[in-house]
Amino acid sequence: MDPFFIFITVVKIITITFLVVLPMVAYAVYAERRFSAILQDRVGPNRTMIPLKIFGAKKDLNLPLGGLTQPIADGIKFLLKEDFTPNHVRKPFYWLAPALTMVPSLVTVAVVPFGSDLRLGDRIIPLSVADINIGPLFVFAVSSLAVYGITLAGWASNSKYSFFGGVRACAQMISYEIALGLSIIPILLIMGELNLNEIVKYQAANGWLIFPFWGEGLSLKGFLLLIPCLISFIIFTVSIFAETNRMPFDLPECETELVGGYHTEYSSMKFALFFLGEYAAMIVGSALIVTLFLGGWSLPFGWSESEFMSSGSIPAALIHVGCFLTKVIAFILFFIWVRWSVPRVRYDQLMKLGWVVFFEAALVNVFLTAFILYYVR
Amino acid sequence: MAEIKVIKRPQLSLGDKLYLPAIAKGLFLTFTHAISSLRGTTRGAKKMRSSGLGVTMQYPEEKWDDSLPEYYRGVPALVTNEEDREKCVSCQLCEFICPPKAIKITPGEIPSDDPWAKVEKRPQAFDIDMTRCIYCGMCEEVCPEEAIFLRKDYVVTGSDRSEMVHDKDRLYEIGGKRVGLVNKWNDLK
Repeated sequence: MDPFFIFITVVKIITITFLVVLPMVAYAVYAERRFSAILQDRVGPNRTMIPLKIFGAKKDLNLPLGGLTQPIADGIKFLLKEDFTPNHVRKPFYWLAPALTMVPSLVTVAVVPFGSDLRLGDRIIPLSVADINIGPLFVFAVSSLAVYGITLAGWASNSKYSFFGGVRACAQMISYEIALGLSIIPILLIMGELNLNEIVKYQAANGWLIFPFWGEGLSLKGFLLLIPCLISFIIFTVSIFAETNRMPFDLPECETELVGGYHTEYSSMKFALFFLGEYAAMIVGSALIVTLFLGGWSLPFGWSESEFMSSGSIPAALIHVGCFLTKVIAFILFFIWVRWSVPRVRYDQLMKLGWVVFFEAALVNVFLTAFILYYVR
Repeated sequence: MAEIKVIKRPQLSLGDKLYLPAIAKGLFLTFTHAISSLRGTTRGAKKMRSSGLGVTMQYPEEKWDDSLPEYYRGVPALVTNEEDREKCVSCQLCEFICPPKAIKITPGEIPSDDPWAKVEKRPQAFDIDMTRCIYCGMCEEVCPEEAIFLRKDYVVTGSDRSEMVHDKDRLYEIGGKRVGLVNKWNDLK
């Protein structure tokens, strides 16, 4: 294998995981706390400071950071807390479960294109870890594994609350996963492509799927296709909320009914892995929605097609990465906003929504798209 | 026959049945609230303004002290009278009434050469365990000499249990001097 390829892949893995996704996870938690505080007339974490006194300095460094160091303090707290394993748990699975929740979210990031292709000399470097031709399939295959972590945690904890959390996670997964898969078939019909980077490139030229106001998107066909695209967008987004166990569908850890749900018996870093896994899943979910429906890294109105932006130079790639991260952050804020606005749905309501409404809607949507593509030229 | 009351259920409009418009309405509501919260113009924000954001009091910088009510019950403390005599005569009524058994008194006799020898007794040691005290005010209620009072202080901190036990010196330091109504031992009467 080409040593340069291996080197650049390792660099991409390290950069994307440790410099992009994990800091984003940490600050998504901070954003969640501050944003919810604003919505509820509270203050939120605003006074964490840098405790230089511990290291022998005379005074603590009290910069007006507005609590921006809070995630670091949280991380240290998780590392230093007692890692307590109750006696009644099934140890191997109890230890395996947190990792099984965190790993799929981080693996899914591999196929997400973070920016346009970078041109270094005569090499073209795609800005995703794995530029594979089965992007969405890979995502569904891997991200569905996260539910094993939750179910195993519920089962291995050997406590009734955790058990209910695990069972709910299972039933929830079955009810939305089909709708999730079916909802992106219209996109694949339109693009004829399963490579996420190519999907983004198509959208850069022909208009984002739910905002097609340039290129070919301006034709009659483009406007007609907006209808199935909007339907899939809604189904996909709602299903992603369920997939990430976020608020209207956070039944597995439903605090009011199940204490802590599947992670009731967990403490310290094992709990943190669940917690971070949930937020990582939220970031990956946002990244996927942005990639599939909102044009990924591309700028609106075909600006990405200009000579400078499509040249593959470093500034152009950086602008595209910035564009992508802006969209993802906006979507994360949307996730948070929904969490603090919409009450939790009941268990049977979620199943009904998945099986009776979204499954049928997604199925009809596939035929609608095929019909438009076949008859409208 | 029991009267059957038919409750009219609310008629849901199409928008309500579709969920999504209702959710959009809710999102809009929280968003406008977030904006007014950031600008400090939410309902009641002026009345409850403290930190500049919301209604939270920024504790160590701002305190309740100014708005504590008259009847506030803080830490119990012993007081001396206007002539600096310990008012407590160690009758131990407060020790017996104390529900959580926080008070411990070692009574002591006043030597006969003391100017207050006629009072006969005063506490040798007087400990209140603040980790047990429930601030009920029974001690103040029961004291025949008006020697123990609940103050408005509420910050009791310590890094171990022994620091949380207030001894006699500490109790007099908190309590200070109090001109009382009980003058039976004084020359003033």
